[in-house]
Amino acid sequence: MDFVAELTLFVLAIFLGVELITKVPPTLHTPLMSGSNAISGITLVGALIAAGSDAGMLVKVLGFIAVVLATINVIGGFMVTNRMLAMFKRK
Amino acid sequence: MQISQNWIDIAYLIAAVLFVLGIKGLTKPKTAVRGNMLAGAGMAVACVVTLLHRDIVSYEIIIAGILVGGIIGVLLAKKVQMTAMPQLVALLNGFGGGASFSVAAAEFFRGGHPDTVGIIATGAAVLIGAVTFTGSFVAFAKLQELIDGKPMGFPGMKAANAVLLLGSIVAIAYLVSNPGSPTVFWGLAIAAAVLGILLVMPIGGADMPVVIALLNSYSGVAASAAGFVMGNSALIITGSLVGASGLILTQIMCKAMNRSLTNVLFGVMAEGGETIDQDEVYAGKIKSTSADEVAMLLETAQRVVIVPGFGLAMAQAQHAVRELADTLEANGVEVEYAIHPVAGRMPGHMNVLLAEAEVSYDKLKDMDTINPTFEQTDVAIVLGANDVTNPMAREDKGSPIYGMPILNVDKAKTVVVVKRSLSAGFAGLPNPLFAKDNTLMLFGDGKGAVVDITAALKEG
Repeated sequence: MDFVAELTLFVLAIFLGVELITKVPPTLHTPLMSGSNAISGITLVGALIAAGSDAGMLVKVLGFIAVVLATINVIGGFMVTNRMLAMFKRK
Repeated sequence: MQISQNWIDIAYLIAAVLFVLGIKGLTKPKTAVRGNMLAGAGMAVACVVTLLHRDIVSYEIIIAGILVGGIIGVLLAKKVQMTAMPQLVALLNGFGGGASFSVAAAEFFRGGHPDTVGIIATGAAVLIGAVTFTGSFVAFAKLQELIDGKPMGFPGMKAANAVLLLGSIVAIAYLVSNPGSPTVFWGLAIAAAVLGILLVMPIGGADMPVVIALLNSYSGVAASAAGFVMGNSALIITGSLVGASGLILTQIMCKAMNRSLTNVLFGVMAEGGETIDQDEVYAGKIKSTSADEVAMLLETAQRVVIVPGFGLAMAQAQHAVRELADTLEANGVEVEYAIHPVAGRMPGHMNVLLAEAEVSYDKLKDMDTINPTFEQTDVAIVLGANDVTNPMAREDKGSPIYGMPILNVDKAKTVVVVKRSLSAGFAGLPNPLFAKDNTLMLFGDGKGAVVDITAALKEG
């Protein structure tokens, strides 16, 4: 993908983010933060490629660290968000 | 099995759409659980399709990493107490920054021949990722009380930060012309890591919600930068969504404290005109009350508003409060909760703590909704909140907190403040609310006091 296309995505996604997030009520701000943490675990995608590539030792170690950290974010983030949201749903 | 890049990109697009729908679900409590599930499904789509990427030749490290990370993630999510949610989010912010840093570093050492944009993006991901990583750990340590929560610093700290930031930018510029220098790369990483520590150290307890929101934003921006490094659309889109989210929450928090972001970041408190003498405000005007007396007041009340602060969570009093509210409601009293945006230690924290005690979310009212109703409120019960009820913010132009939006509890017919002593809140100011004619002070432990009031109500 060329840089301008990437930049276009980046800028438009920020605007979309602002529009979406301003509609989230204060009641749900904590789950929003843990949920967005989980979503930012998307770095896992890059981590998988680094960890699975046939590059040298250093790259594999960095890839392993990245996979571990990003997986904590994804799994921990989604689970804890779910736990909180379930409390809001009860009534 | 391998599939073409086009199919992978289409799968990333689907994942991005699911993330957007997921966040959209979070705009209403009813649809929030489904939203979270949708976002999780998006993540699964993105990860599974990535495993088919042509650059992935072995799976051992991936499986090991997912197992280790997965177990830690499950344990953290299951064990964490709701009061400790700010710490967990701080940790997760840090892990996100660390992951983006590692991805960018791995890409750097894979030794492709990245163009200028690629190198600048790598530099940005390393810089922001490392700052987020170490900064979040300082925030975690402060919240967990592993280190002193007060602002910390040393002479020349700002100069040191400026040098570190400039040095990092110079290092990135150097890497553009000499992409293969590991020494400069690690120099950049270390400078950024130290910068992260120094940036969060001077930020004090009351400003923690702002810092967590800001680090949340950074972790998103770092992911986005990593996306530019790898030319990965999923990372770019998702990272900027999260970056925007953190930024908006940061803004909301700053507005709720009437502080500019710069003031928070550099630990500047507005200067008060003269120091206000606590005795002058309180002398002879404080009326102390008892649980029985409060119960009598509540018996004749029609509308009661509970104003919780973090003190309530510290005393683990949220269940006791709900029981009091249940008792009142059984007597036909209307009970609502007034939640200031900075109540608790992160955005929305108080709502989660009350939801845990099975308080229905439609009774949790934000500041703008509840403020006009205080005049029709018979009793306002302030529990562990202080600065956010201080009328000086509304009335005293010389006060350091002047202009901060507050809950107008003093407009209620009677205000009951449950507090251990007359000690000041985070802002270090006396609170004239305590000395008002319509205010009664109930001195004691928050939980004990609430339990006593409930017991007295049930007897009466």
